[in-house]
Amino acid sequence: MEKRLLINKIILIASTISALIGLTFLFWILGTLMVKGLATIHWNLFTKDLVQGGIRNLIIGQFIMAFIATVIAVPLGLMAGIYLREYSYNNKLAMIVRNLSDVMMSAPSIVVGVFVYAIYVDKVGHFGGWGGVIALTIMMLPIIVSTTDNMLSLVPKELREAGIALGGSKHKIILQIVLKAAKVGLTTGVLLAFARVVGETAPLLFTSANNQYLTFNLNSQFPSLTVSIYNLATFPDKKSIALAWAASFVLTVLVLIINLTGRYITRNKHK
Amino acid sequence: MIGNMFKRFSLFSAISILLILAGIFVTLYIYASDSIHQFGWHFLTNSIWEVGEDDEGGVFGGLIPITGSILTTAIAMIIAVPIAMGIAVFLTEVAFPWLIKPVSIAIELLAAIPSIIYGMWGLFYFAPIIQKTFGGTGIGLLTASIVLAIMIIPFMSAITKDAMNVVPDVLKESAYAMGATKFEVIKDVIMPYSKRAIIGSVILALGRAIGETMAVAFLLGSIMRFPHKITDPTTSIPVLLANNFSEAQDLELSSMFYLALILFALSFAVISLAKFYFLRKD
Repeated sequence: MEKRLLINKIILIASTISALIGLTFLFWILGTLMVKGLATIHWNLFTKDLVQGGIRNLIIGQFIMAFIATVIAVPLGLMAGIYLREYSYNNKLAMIVRNLSDVMMSAPSIVVGVFVYAIYVDKVGHFGGWGGVIALTIMMLPIIVSTTDNMLSLVPKELREAGIALGGSKHKIILQIVLKAAKVGLTTGVLLAFARVVGETAPLLFTSANNQYLTFNLNSQFPSLTVSIYNLATFPDKKSIALAWAASFVLTVLVLIINLTGRYITRNKHK
Repeated sequence: MIGNMFKRFSLFSAISILLILAGIFVTLYIYASDSIHQFGWHFLTNSIWEVGEDDEGGVFGGLIPITGSILTTAIAMIIAVPIAMGIAVFLTEVAFPWLIKPVSIAIELLAAIPSIIYGMWGLFYFAPIIQKTFGGTGIGLLTASIVLAIMIIPFMSAITKDAMNVVPDVLKESAYAMGATKFEVIKDVIMPYSKRAIIGSVILALGRAIGETMAVAFLLGSIMRFPHKITDPTTSIPVLLANNFSEAQDLELSSMFYLALILFALSFAVISLAKFYFLRKD
């Protein structure tokens, strides 16, 4: 065979192998989780708290923190995105915010944890659920900003012009036309952002820390699924490790369901 | 009136991003200042990390965790770059059209799995394999780097794929019409056209890898020692912070903040380079 054809073949095979390697690890990790998860999962896990060997309080705690973070980060991020797209006319400030927000999106999550330790835990003198909420909000904010920025850029200019022609004021056009047009994309973005922060561990380690009991008091140490996995996995006894696997399984299933739901919504729209 | 308030609030929200970022830098600096004044730049070249008698004072240097961070990231990148490129090429040029969607989704799902899960899997399934194959305890530089690589591959291949997809079909088709093979099209048309974005993607993934914590927290060993072999345990900035931050006090805690500041500055610089220079958004 001609040399260049041979090289071509080798490279194409190599790239196929790379894809196979990627898929192998995906199925390996998911497979492991399935096997371990299904072996350890039990209905009682969902009715008992960590102190009795269940994970009920952990799931509730993790979702409460991520949910409040969403409630704070979404309006703030949405408004920032609206500024970037609708009000800034791409001035210098908008360029800086847009790029720095992207940089913040990739910032190490452990550093966010350290930062919140300094501004919250160190000030109030103890770990607390609010610390976790602040940390997750900081993680989520840039993702929402970037999604809003991208989604609003997809809304056709003509829609805005039609609004102006009808005599709508700017904020009404934004709220009633632009946001409506971008609704599906924004919902997907919020779901994907939620799926990402709900699985975070590093920002919670020394902010919310963990709690063995069910609590709704965000001023006390707060139960966290991910921090529990981290703690339980290093215990030497089989029972803790089994619980860590069950918790990992539940976490991954929930995260993937939210992630896939987000993707599904957008897919339906384009049909 | 309402319109004006709406506009002001949107401006305030945009500025809040800058305030948070500035707040992180300033806060880390203030909390690290004891250590910065005590050790200065020598912190970067000193490998001793010792708490003083009665928990007073002590000598702290960040060389070991800094080295650990650089080594894990470098090894992970060496493994991840070719595989991620391969996946991106597969998805843009090689795969049958019906295969592209499911494989892309699968790869993106790999990116959606929380990093603590990678850590769990690495600790119980991957570390024993490394132990059997390469010796050592299974916990160390090699295991951590490989799991880190698996963690960043989906991210890197997703953005590299997007970069490659931007190449106009006309360019590729004209090369094919000249009798070019797929590899030649990739090498001579796609790569030159999307070079900048691809380099940007790789650097961005590098920025992520430096700060990745939970995937490696179990696997690197968390031991303040230089590694002599690739299977030796050591520590890195994120791993040290994850495992020892909550127990640290006074000067040691301040040194932890110093390390966090270094990590933040490092990843900030790397990601900014990627974003501002290679992946400029206009």
